[in-house]
Amino acid sequence: MTQTPAHERIAKDVAENDVVLFMKGTPAAPQCGFSATVVQVLNHVGVGYKSVNVLESVELRQGIKEFSSWPTIPQLYVKGEFIGGCDIVREMFQTGELATVLKDKGVKSA
Amino acid sequence: MAMDAEEIERMIKAALPDARVTIEDLAGDGDHYSARIVSSAFKGKSRVQQHQMVYRALDGRMGNELHALALQTSAD
Repeated sequence: MTQTPAHERIAKDVAENDVVLFMKGTPAAPQCGFSATVVQVLNHVGVGYKSVNVLESVELRQGIKEFSSWPTIPQLYVKGEFIGGCDIVREMFQTGELATVLKDKGVKSA
Repeated sequence: MAMDAEEIERMIKAALPDARVTIEDLAGDGDHYSARIVSSAFKGKSRVQQHQMVYRALDGRMGNELHALALQTSAD
């Protein structure tokens, strides 16, 4: 994979923050229902996270798809590991698996 | 900016020949689907890997022509 400035920014974000959500819009004003769902899940779980609005730049929006080999947004990272998009995060939340992953990785949640 | 359900099913089955595919057009607009896919090829793969296999089968359509495809995958 060719490194672009967008890839470098993404790599830095996922390295420096325990939980990172790449989404369309912001947690307060999501611009897509799938992003809104993941925001709701994270708020419900009570975990702090950094959100990145991919609508801010075309390079970022394209870059995150390449970085994760994943064609859609939102995308959730925990401790540098790609967890999944909306479907997977919702399913993991429903089964309790998400709480387990956060706990196992040592991420504090309420 | 739309794909019909048969085309989605055809592309998935081309890549995963034994797949059982059930597709639902969620909004009736040819742009928001859900798909349940069962294939032995998913055995031993994580959910992320299973979904990536489906996205690869769709050869770049996902996220472009196809805005939303809610996926549920399993090995059996």
